[in-house]
Amino acid sequence: MKEAARAAPANLDGVSSASMPPLVRYLDQDGELLEDQPMSDEMALEGYRVMLRGRRFDERCVSLQRQGRMVTLAPGIGQEAATVGAAMALDSDTDWFVPQYRELAGQLWHGYPLKLAFLWHVGHPIAFQVPGDLKMLPFQAAIAGQLPQAVGLAWGLKLKRDPGVVLAVFGDGGTSQGDFHEAANLAGVMKAPVIFLCQNNGWAISTTIEQQTASETLAQKAIAYGFPGIQCDGNDLFAVYATVREAVARARDGKGPTLVEAVTYRLGLHTTADDPSRYEPREMHELWVDRDPLRRMQRHLVSRGIVDRAALDRIEDEVKEELRVAWDEAQKEPAPDPSFYFAQVHEDTSPRLRRDLERFDRNRRG
Amino acid sequence: MAERTVVEAVNDALTLEMARDDRVLVFGEDVGVTGGVFRATEGLFTKYGKERVIDTPLSEGVIAGAAIGLAIAGWVPVAEIQFLGFAHNGFNQFVDQLARVRYRSAGRFSAQVTVRAPYGGGVRAPELHSDGFEAHFAHAPGLKVVAPSTPHDAKGLLLASIRDPDPVLYLEPLRGYRQVKGDVPDGDYVVELGKARVAREGTDVTLVAWSAAVQIALQAADDAQAQGISVEVIDLRTLVPLDVGTLRSSVTKTGRAVVVHEAPLTAGFGAEVVATIQEEAFFSLQAPVRRVASPDVPYPVQMLEEQYLPNAERVLQAIIATTRD
Repeated sequence: MKEAARAAPANLDGVSSASMPPLVRYLDQDGELLEDQPMSDEMALEGYRVMLRGRRFDERCVSLQRQGRMVTLAPGIGQEAATVGAAMALDSDTDWFVPQYRELAGQLWHGYPLKLAFLWHVGHPIAFQVPGDLKMLPFQAAIAGQLPQAVGLAWGLKLKRDPGVVLAVFGDGGTSQGDFHEAANLAGVMKAPVIFLCQNNGWAISTTIEQQTASETLAQKAIAYGFPGIQCDGNDLFAVYATVREAVARARDGKGPTLVEAVTYRLGLHTTADDPSRYEPREMHELWVDRDPLRRMQRHLVSRGIVDRAALDRIEDEVKEELRVAWDEAQKEPAPDPSFYFAQVHEDTSPRLRRDLERFDRNRRG
Repeated sequence: MAERTVVEAVNDALTLEMARDDRVLVFGEDVGVTGGVFRATEGLFTKYGKERVIDTPLSEGVIAGAAIGLAIAGWVPVAEIQFLGFAHNGFNQFVDQLARVRYRSAGRFSAQVTVRAPYGGGVRAPELHSDGFEAHFAHAPGLKVVAPSTPHDAKGLLLASIRDPDPVLYLEPLRGYRQVKGDVPDGDYVVELGKARVAREGTDVTLVAWSAAVQIALQAADDAQAQGISVEVIDLRTLVPLDVGTLRSSVTKTGRAVVVHEAPLTAGFGAEVVATIQEEAFFSLQAPVRRVASPDVPYPVQMLEEQYLPNAERVLQAIIATTRD
């Protein structure tokens, strides 16, 4: 990671990482502010709390998966600042969050319930039924598959003169997919109000960023599509927030898309089926442990006097309790009945599907 | 009532529905000012403007993917894929994404999306423009697949497709685009999805076809009649959902069946029709169900097209053979 620091530019027009190389950073590794804090202390503390919720959730789920109580899952450990910082820049009343699958912490900020998050990792279909009027698409396992949809959504909002913008999240590997390029191209042409948030966590399973692309940065890919691309320190909540906030303002202002590359690191596993010891250099891992976004925020919150150590411990306890309650509730959720899914293929179940379901029910009854 | 071609009937339906429902957007490659390479969208741009009739980048994946997002935003997208085979560039968006919007979101979202695509061969189009890939999409749960053969049905089925709350792949017969003419009622009417049409009544053999193959089937039925064989022609009109009842009652009556399609034989949609017939009318069958299809070779360039595609003569031979089985 480049060491130079700077604030997010107030105007992103024409910005590209090729013309402005240093990445946006507000907090150094020790949690000292390099620029003015771009949000209130209360908001910073709330952001930290949601980052912690995401971290402890992932740790708990990896542990439950090791006990055989959860399905294969992809933790976002180490990337909480990138996803929460971006989500904080949205207005959840108007703006949409379009996830891949490693941004749960940000989704929690936007309003996705913890209980459903647990159900996601036990393989319950209800987790994909984004609740109520929460402006969020379901998790997406097809890499970059959500991006054309996010652009269509943003384009549709613009046509309706709706004030909403769309945050579409994906990873470094996603930038190699045709869907990314097709989506970015259309977004540029339509001036769609979309923010492409690329979480560059250094790895696509075991594939390094150098194996993924010969581009110097991922942000510079935006140049080809005619909109700004900018790198920010993805382990710095303030840097991500301030950068995405500018991108959101631009989108809302009718100026079209922005690509934000949040430079972060996957401190955990690709998924619970993955073994990073086969490919990840130990010293690299340790380097990034020192850059842990959660620890950085803790140091900042304490050094600025927003909280003391005792308050941090209290927040830990509160988050632990929230997770316990949500997991208890999740376990009480009835198992899905197959009829649930038969009913979701079309609005009207076709005669063939009805017949299949009847057969299914007969077999089940024996 | 006016005599129209299939492509004119498509245009009629689009013009009508855009006026009736201001949520309808038409987009795709070259659908705007030029009115589509086959002129199916002619006049829409002038009438409804650049916000509702949109030329997109040359990018099938994002056409299908953006349609999903537009639908979630409250629009009713009607996208054009210039030739069906090009949809494979965005196969993930069609089959894994568009088809599953309702399912993946467990009902929170749905995609009232129609994707129109001409398909099939016989018009001397360049290489890779003429494939009969309907089976690829019929095998994607969540997607409805519609394949009209006449101008009347083209209009009524397109109106039904656009109004259907779920994604519909609406296939237009390349060979029938301008060749097939017929009376098309003025104004609004729908042909219900999932209902086959008895294109010709008969008693000895059931001939099942859809899209451009229906014309071949009708020709073969005429020829068979001259030889004293009475052929009932079923135009499926919709492949998914399949009208099982019409197939069952026809084959129960005739006891013999032949299925015709332009696509290659192996794993073509004809196989599904044959399997359905044996499930539904096995004890009425007096002979094995035959298939007339293109051979299992890729679609050829222009000089070999006519030898490749099924024709009335091959269908007639199959009809005669099934009566001798």
